[in-house]
Amino acid sequence: MAIISRGFGGRRRESVDGLPPGQYLTHDFPVLSAGPTPRIPLDRWHFTITTETGQKTEWNWTEFLALKSEDVTTDIHCVTKWSKLGTTWRGVSLDTLLEDVDTAADYTMVHSFGGYTTNVPLEDLLDSKAWIAYKFDGEDLEPEHGGPARMIVPHLYFWKSAKWVNGLTLMNEDEPGFWEAAGYHMYGDPWLEQRYQGD
Amino acid sequence: MNPLDGNALAGDLRELFAVDVTVARYTCAGCGHADAVATLLLWGHGMGQVARCPHCSDVVLRMVHAPDRVFLDLRGSVRLELPLAGS
Repeated sequence: MAIISRGFGGRRRESVDGLPPGQYLTHDFPVLSAGPTPRIPLDRWHFTITTETGQKTEWNWTEFLALKSEDVTTDIHCVTKWSKLGTTWRGVSLDTLLEDVDTAADYTMVHSFGGYTTNVPLEDLLDSKAWIAYKFDGEDLEPEHGGPARMIVPHLYFWKSAKWVNGLTLMNEDEPGFWEAAGYHMYGDPWLEQRYQGD
Repeated sequence: MNPLDGNALAGDLRELFAVDVTVARYTCAGCGHADAVATLLLWGHGMGQVARCPHCSDVVLRMVHAPDRVFLDLRGSVRLELPLAGS
């Protein structure tokens, strides 16, 4: 037994493994919205990948659910400083969706019902780094959390994980999405605290 | 989650401007609707303030507070019309 106490550590964030700098642990699932929550009937849901040459590949809900899906357990980090560890999702890998898409582009813009957009480099969507999730914690994804389906790109700040996703556009040049155009970082690596432009 | 109205922007905008911008008249770039900034629908939770046109719901104004900077994005507004004091 140590003779000298190391003292009470409290809930210091550096004492929790898996928390990027400046983040705080939450056990809730906060809802952040920049507009009204879209309610998307499943018979009107679609997801479209558009290449830089205009070629389109589209799935409806039935076709999307027929794709190979995966269970994913991952930590998520919101730029508003909360992190949630060990979240469980089920969804379709972007590797699967992009498998037969012919592109030479390096960048993508993710699009959502309701008009939200966010830019992500293509390589950050490949090699088991991103999914379109339709279940959270074993249940259908609720509209407040992006249901029926949302992007999950957990190695980037969570604004890159677009709710209510409906499309992906491949681009030769990087362009800012909704929050990036309003001052947030173009890439958003939580481990480098890339919150705002210039960080 | 329900929005507030644009009056809730008054404090943040007063940090930036010498006048009360909530009484300014905006013109929406999406639909051309014009009214006072105070009538915008404000989604003020989370990453920043997002003010939407009550007529077409397009984003008219976005404000993001970084620790050392404020970003004010007005691309959704064709113009702001501000009354001058004493006129």
